[in-house]
Amino acid sequence: MILGNKSVIQDDQSIMFKLLHMNWFLVILLTILASVGFLSLYSAANGSLSPWASRQMVRFFVLLGGALVIALIDIRWWYRLALPCYFIGLLMLFVVEMMGHVGMGAQRWINLGVIQIQPSELMKIAVIMVLAKYFHVATSQEMSRLSFLVPPAILVLLPVALVMTQPDLGTSLMIVMCAIVMFFIAGASIWIFVVGGAGVLAMIPVAWMFLHDYQKGRVLTFLNPERDPFGAGYHITQSKIAIGSGGISGKGFMNGSQSHLNFLPEKQTDFIFTLWVEEWGLWGGLCLMALNAIIILYGIWIAFRCRHGFGRLLAFGLTTNYSLYVFINIAMVMGLIPVVGVPLPLVSYGGTAMMSALIGFGLMMSCSIHKDSKLPRM
Amino acid sequence: MIEIGKSKRKRLWKRKGLEKSRKSTANQENFRLQMFSRRAFVVGLGQGAIFSILGARLAWLQVAQGEKYLNLSENNRVNVLMIAPDRGQIVDRYGVPLAINIRDYRAVIIPEKVDDMQMALTHLQSLIDVKDSDIKKVITQAKKTARFVPIEIRRNLSWEEVSKIEVNRPHLAGIYVDVANVRYYPFLDATAHMVGYVGTPSQKDLTGNPVELLPGFKVGKTGFEKAYDETLQGGPGQREVEVNATGREVRDLTVNKAKSGSDLTLSIDAELQSFVQERLAKHRSASAIVMDVHTGAVYAMASHPSFDPNSFVNGISHQAWNELLGNIAHPLNNKPIDGQYPPGSTFKMVTALAGLQSGAITTGTLVKCPGHFTLGRDRFHCWKRWGHGTMNLTNALAESCDVYFYKTALEMGIDKIAETAKQLGLGDKLGFDIQGERSGLMPTEKWKRARLGEKWQPGETVVASIGQGAVQATPLQLVTMVARLVNGGRAVKPWVTGYVDNLPQYNEKWPSIGLDDYHLKLIKRGMDRVIVGDQGTARGSRIPEEGMQMGGKTGTAQVRRISKQERDDEVKQEDIDWQHRHHALFVGYAPLDNPRYACSVVVEHGGSGSSAAAPVARDILWEAQKRDPASNAFKPNGGLPRSHERDRS
Repeated sequence: MILGNKSVIQDDQSIMFKLLHMNWFLVILLTILASVGFLSLYSAANGSLSPWASRQMVRFFVLLGGALVIALIDIRWWYRLALPCYFIGLLMLFVVEMMGHVGMGAQRWINLGVIQIQPSELMKIAVIMVLAKYFHVATSQEMSRLSFLVPPAILVLLPVALVMTQPDLGTSLMIVMCAIVMFFIAGASIWIFVVGGAGVLAMIPVAWMFLHDYQKGRVLTFLNPERDPFGAGYHITQSKIAIGSGGISGKGFMNGSQSHLNFLPEKQTDFIFTLWVEEWGLWGGLCLMALNAIIILYGIWIAFRCRHGFGRLLAFGLTTNYSLYVFINIAMVMGLIPVVGVPLPLVSYGGTAMMSALIGFGLMMSCSIHKDSKLPRM
Repeated sequence: MIEIGKSKRKRLWKRKGLEKSRKSTANQENFRLQMFSRRAFVVGLGQGAIFSILGARLAWLQVAQGEKYLNLSENNRVNVLMIAPDRGQIVDRYGVPLAINIRDYRAVIIPEKVDDMQMALTHLQSLIDVKDSDIKKVITQAKKTARFVPIEIRRNLSWEEVSKIEVNRPHLAGIYVDVANVRYYPFLDATAHMVGYVGTPSQKDLTGNPVELLPGFKVGKTGFEKAYDETLQGGPGQREVEVNATGREVRDLTVNKAKSGSDLTLSIDAELQSFVQERLAKHRSASAIVMDVHTGAVYAMASHPSFDPNSFVNGISHQAWNELLGNIAHPLNNKPIDGQYPPGSTFKMVTALAGLQSGAITTGTLVKCPGHFTLGRDRFHCWKRWGHGTMNLTNALAESCDVYFYKTALEMGIDKIAETAKQLGLGDKLGFDIQGERSGLMPTEKWKRARLGEKWQPGETVVASIGQGAVQATPLQLVTMVARLVNGGRAVKPWVTGYVDNLPQYNEKWPSIGLDDYHLKLIKRGMDRVIVGDQGTARGSRIPEEGMQMGGKTGTAQVRRISKQERDDEVKQEDIDWQHRHHALFVGYAPLDNPRYACSVVVEHGGSGSSAAAPVARDILWEAQKRDPASNAFKPNGGLPRSHERDRS
C-alpha cells in the first residue's frame, strides 16, 4: 500500500520548464549563507584558503549541483523512493554500529573513500520522507486513532534507538523532535503531545541513568559551566567570551582574538557561529540569523504552496529539520543549551552536514517545482 | 475515437460511482490543509519565538555583557609583564665600573598559574636543590602578595639546573626560569663604604613604585646606592604579550621599554682607591682620603677594615653579619666621614693661623720650650719631654712643639681658634655627598656654657690648641682643612659625585675664605719642613721622587690621659693595649710647590703620627701623583659610551 501504484511516472513538465520554475531565490540565499562559511573558514585558517575554505567551496558547489538534480527529479519518484531510502538508511546505521570508524569518541561515520558519510544525518531525511508519505492521505479519523499512529512511531523509534547507541544523543533527539513536528502538523491529537510530554518528564530520571558519563558531564556542565572551567565547561565559557567580546560591531574580519589564538575549540565546525560573531559583532550575528530566518520562511512558503500532502509535509519537515540545526547550534554556542555537537548547516566545515542540508533543500525545491503534481491518493 | 469515448464513459461511470468517496476525499484534503495551515502557523510562531530568544541572547552577550566579556578576552590573550629597569651603573672617573649588573638565573613561581603550590615545589625539589625552609618561605610569601606576582624560589641556578627545569617544563606549570640582573661590585671591599650596597627592601624602604613588586627587587642600603637610589633605579617597563590558549606567547602587543636608571660617574680613581685600601690594610684599623685641593674632587676614600658588599646583595648570613657587628675595628663604619678623632697636632695649623690672624703671634714671635708649660696649678707637657728650646712658628710646626701653641692659644682664647677652625672647615658638616658624615666638634666658650652650663677654662684652651680635649674632627674635615691651607685660601669642599648621566653635579670654583696669603705661606713653610726640615717630625717619610715631595703635619691623639707614671716610665705605645694606644694622624699635600693633592690619614691606635700615619700618607700621595688623576679631564663615564648604550649595541 505504501509503495503506491505501479504505473510509470510520466513527467508533466519539460526540463526547461522546471529550470525556469526552479527556486533560484533560495539558491542565491544558500550561496550567500555558504559564503559566510567560506569567509569564516578563511579567517579561521588565519587568512588562508587551506585547509578549510577551498575544500568547503568545492564541496558546496558540487553538492549544490546535486541538490538541483534532486530538485529536477519528479516528486512522485521521491514519493515512491521514501520507503527504500528509509531501509537503506537503517541498513547503513547497522553497518556503522557493526564496523563504523571510531571518530570523535563515537561511531558515526562510514568512510566511502571520497567522503565520509554520517548515516544518522541521512536517516533524518529518510524519516521525514517516510513520515510525509505515511501521513500523505491520512484522514482526520485516522489521525485521531492511536493505532494509526503506532506504525510511524515505530518507524521513528527504530533509527532513534540505533543512533542513540552510537552514541549520538544530539542527532537522535533531533530526529525525535522532527518527528514530533511531523505528527503535529499532520494533525495528531493535542492530547497525545500533552501525555507524551508528561511521560518524557517522568522518564528523565530513568534516562539519566542510561546516559554516558560524558553526556552526563555535558548536561551538568551546561547547568553549571564553572563546574569544569578547563574541561567540558571550557568550550561554553570560551565561546561566550568570544561572542560577548565581539560587541556590537565586532573585532573585524580576521581579528577574532579568541578564535585565532585557539581559545575557541572546534572553531571551524561547531563553533563557527562564534567565530563569525566575534569578528562581525551583533550586526553580523543578526544578519546571519535573519538570513536563516528568510530561508526557513521560504521553506514554509514552499510547504504552503504544495497542493499535495506529501509535498507539504516533506517541505515543512525538512524546513523544521533545518531550523532545528540552526537553533540548536546557535543556542549551544551561546550557552543556552548543552554542547551537543550540532553544526551550523552550510556554514560549518564538514561534508556530511552540508550534504544532508543540500539534499534537504533539493527535496524542498522538488516539492516546489512539482507542487501541482498529482500523487496517488490512498 | 471509440476507444476514447469508451474510456470517457468508463471514467464518467467511475466518477459517478466514486462521487461520494470523492467528496469525502476532497473534504479530507480540505481538513488536512486546514489542519496543516493552523499547526504550521503554530510551529512557525514557535520558530519565530526561538529566533527572538536567540537574537535577544546574542544582544545580551554582546551589548549588555559585552564589556565584561571583552575584558575576559583581553585577559585571555594579554599577559602584562613588568620589565625591570636596569639599575644605573656606578663608575669611576675613567669609566671603570664600581657597581654593575650581572646576570643571575633564578627559579620563580607564579601562584595563580599553579593549582597546588606544595606539589609543584616538591616536584621542583626532585630536580634541583631547594631547601625545605625556602619552600615554606615561598608558600608564606604567596599568601601575602598578589597571585600574579612571581615569587623567587631559588637564585644562582647553574646551567645544568636551568636546563633541567626547561626540559621538565610540561610538568612544572607555573614555575619559570627568570634572568635577573644582580648587582655586583668588582672592587669588592675597596669601594664598599663609598659605593655602598643594595639589599632586599625592608618595609620602610618601600615607596609604592610598582617596580618594587618584581622578584628580587633591591634598594640601595648604604653609600651611593642609597643616596642616589631613586636616580639609579629608573622606571619599570611594561610588556603586553598576546598568549594563546596554552599560555604560549604569540607576539608582543606593546612594549614600553623600561627606563634604565641613570649612571653615576664618581670622581674616584678606582686604581688609586684599591691602592689606598691595600695600603691601609697593613694596619688594624685606618682610614684615608685623597682629594684635589683646588676642585675638591675626592680621588680615593678608604676605610679599613672593610667588607665585601657582594655578600649583602643576596642577603648576608646571620653569622657573617654578627661577625661584622662584633668586630671592634668596626668594618661597617665609613671612618673617613663618620670617624671623629681628636685631631692632635694636625690641629696646630689652625692655632697658628688663628694666632697670626688675631695678631697673637707674628713671624718673629719666639717661644722657649722647656718641655712643659705651667698654667696656675696645672702643668701641660710638651711631647718632647726635655723641651725644644727656642721655637719660631716654622720650627714649632715642623717639630710640633706643643708649648708654642699653648702660649699662642692662651694669648687669643678659644673663640678665635674656633673662628679660624670654622673657616678651614672644621666643627661642622661639609655637606659631603655620601651619607653618614659627622660634624666633628670645635668647642667655643658659648658651646660649653650651652652644653655643660659651665664656664670655659683657660686650661681647656691650652688642651684644645694642640687638638686634644673636646676638639674632634673627621678625616674628611682634616683633608679639607689642609686643602684650604695650601690652595690659596679657597673654601673648597670635597665631593665625589661627578655626573648623573651627563649632568655635572659638582662645583670646581670655590670662593676665597679671605685669608692672608702671607699667613698661609708661613703655615705652609712650617708644614713643608715637617717633611723636608732636618728636625721635621715626618722627615723619615719623604717621597724619594723628584718633584713629588709632600708636605704635611703629623698628629698623635691621645685616646686617654697619659698618667705621670707612664710618662716617667716612658712607656712605649707598643706595650699597651691596642685600644688604648694613641691615634696616629697625618695630613699632607703634594707636590710641595704648587700642591694638587691633599691627603689625610688616620691610623686608629697607630701609636704616633710620624711612625704610623706619615708613611701611609707618603705612599698614598706618591701613588696619587704617579697616577695623577687630576690631569685627566673629568667627563661623564670617563668619556666612554654609557653602559646602557654599550649593552644594547
